Amino acid sequence: MDFFLLLLTSGIAVGGIYALIALGFVLIYKATSIINFATGEFMMIGAYIFYTCTVLVGMPAIPAFLMVMAGAGLLGLLVEKTILRHMLGQPTISIVMVTIGLSSILMGLAEIIWSSDFKSFPPLFPRAPIVIGNLIIRSNLFWGFVVAMITVAIFALIFKYAKIGVAMRATAGDQMAAFSMGINVRSMFTLAWIFGSMAASIGGLIIGNIGGVQPNLGGVGLKIFPVVILGGLDSIGGAVIGGFIVGIIENLAGGYLDSLVGGGVKNVAPFIVLVLILMFRPYGLFGRKEIERL
Amino acid sequence: MPILEVNNLRLAFGGLQVLDDVSFTVNEGEIYAIIGPNGAGKTSILNCLGGFYRQQAGDIIFTGNDISSLSPDRRAALGLARTFQNIALFHGMTVLDNIKLGSHAHLKSGLLDTLLYWGRAHREEMKLREEIEREIIDFLEIEHIRKQPVSTLAYGLQKRVELARALAMRPKILLLDEPVAGMNAEETEDMVRFILDIQEERDLTIVIIEHDMRMIMDISDRIMVLNFGCKIAEGTPGEIQKHPEVLKAYLGEKRKHG
Repeated sequence: MDFFLLLLTSGIAVGGIYALIALGFVLIYKATSIINFATGEFMMIGAYIFYTCTVLVGMPAIPAFLMVMAGAGLLGLLVEKTILRHMLGQPTISIVMVTIGLSSILMGLAEIIWSSDFKSFPPLFPRAPIVIGNLIIRSNLFWGFVVAMITVAIFALIFKYAKIGVAMRATAGDQMAAFSMGINVRSMFTLAWIFGSMAASIGGLIIGNIGGVQPNLGGVGLKIFPVVILGGLDSIGGAVIGGFIVGIIENLAGGYLDSLVGGGVKNVAPFIVLVLILMFRPYGLFGRKEIERL
Repeated sequence: MPILEVNNLRLAFGGLQVLDDVSFTVNEGEIYAIIGPNGAGKTSILNCLGGFYRQQAGDIIFTGNDISSLSPDRRAALGLARTFQNIALFHGMTVLDNIKLGSHAHLKSGLLDTLLYWGRAHREEMKLREEIEREIIDFLEIEHIRKQPVSTLAYGLQKRVELARALAMRPKILLLDEPVAGMNAEETEDMVRFILDIQEERDLTIVIIEHDMRMIMDISDRIMVLNFGCKIAEGTPGEIQKHPEVLKAYLGEKRKHG
């Protein structure tokens, strides 16, 4: 029983972090209908900015975090304004290829600038593991979960209540109607990229803090596909629930099955569940009933 | 006094001439109708006025300013509101949220204000809400549904919510694209009453497209008739009913369908 609870709690903690990264996809997809395959690299760039500010420049964590937000915002802004704006109206497959290309470019750039050596952040949180009852959670995982959940909550509140969030939801709902309400739809697209990039980069900080920083840190992004497909690409609530489901499945499968077959189940299980769900609900558990085939 | 002037508007999609040298003037406070057979270019005119289609030639003067090259959101902010032929409400949201979005452009507090000056944003929101409740929701008799998601509403009510949202924009001119299409007699009667009340109480200028001839003849001050993208007649309902070109356009269409 204790073993089960242990797997469950670490599954929930990892799931919360997945939810945040999934939010990076959802924020952009919701407003612009573009799946950003460079989300993982947005994470990686965020982590490297933090590394540069804290380790190389020697800034304290909070100002370094603000630098990451500024850098991530700028990255989202530049990508939207210089590349994707010109892709408006192009076939989905071309836009997808552009974001895949972008991910390679960012990865290459990171290698040029920071080399492919393994880097790590200075310790940010107390190292002692968190003990709840007779459960023990790794400190970095616990704090990563807390930061992820706070970030998701902030974005959810902005979307629900702030004028700008409501305008973004309207843009996602019906572009022509949004235009007619006096909403500047183009700047909503830009904003979606800025927000998406910020969410991804915070995810990158958390992942980098747990496992270190290297150019292929964004590989975790691949794991997020089951999350967003499961939750529906256009639903924030879905991203959160999808994140938890994938995190829990991954940990339970790893804990119970890996020892039987000699490992690897942990990484495959979410994708098996993904395939099963897509067979029955091709638009995800919470998404719109609209299917885009690539 | 003219509030809207359209001069020599031309619009083509590839080889298809949709609007051919159309000019008209709408005076402040009048109900101006655009009628014509299907495909005559009526909705295209609204899309040019709203900024969704860019005309190849001609200009649009609204309250004395040339708005021909402004983006749709800028035009909306200047006081141009519209409803859509196929209802364009925001489906995941409630009636009240939809209507509040209409006043989006008038809200001053932005994201930072919302985060930093919660009080001000809150006060502004409350004031706005009160105004919407009093002047729009009560007026259009939709108080009983204001918390409902729009997608659960009957067609006639959705059209009314769309009208409410357009009013929340505090427009100077209201463009209505087939406001009673697909409605039954009772719903049509309600809608006509609302349109007339709005016009009277707010002294609003209304441009309306509609196929329901009885309604158009009843409520319009002046009517323009389009056929194949050309303006073939303009005048009061009495003049239009006797106009030989109009009769030809409509009878011709009837024979084709008959």
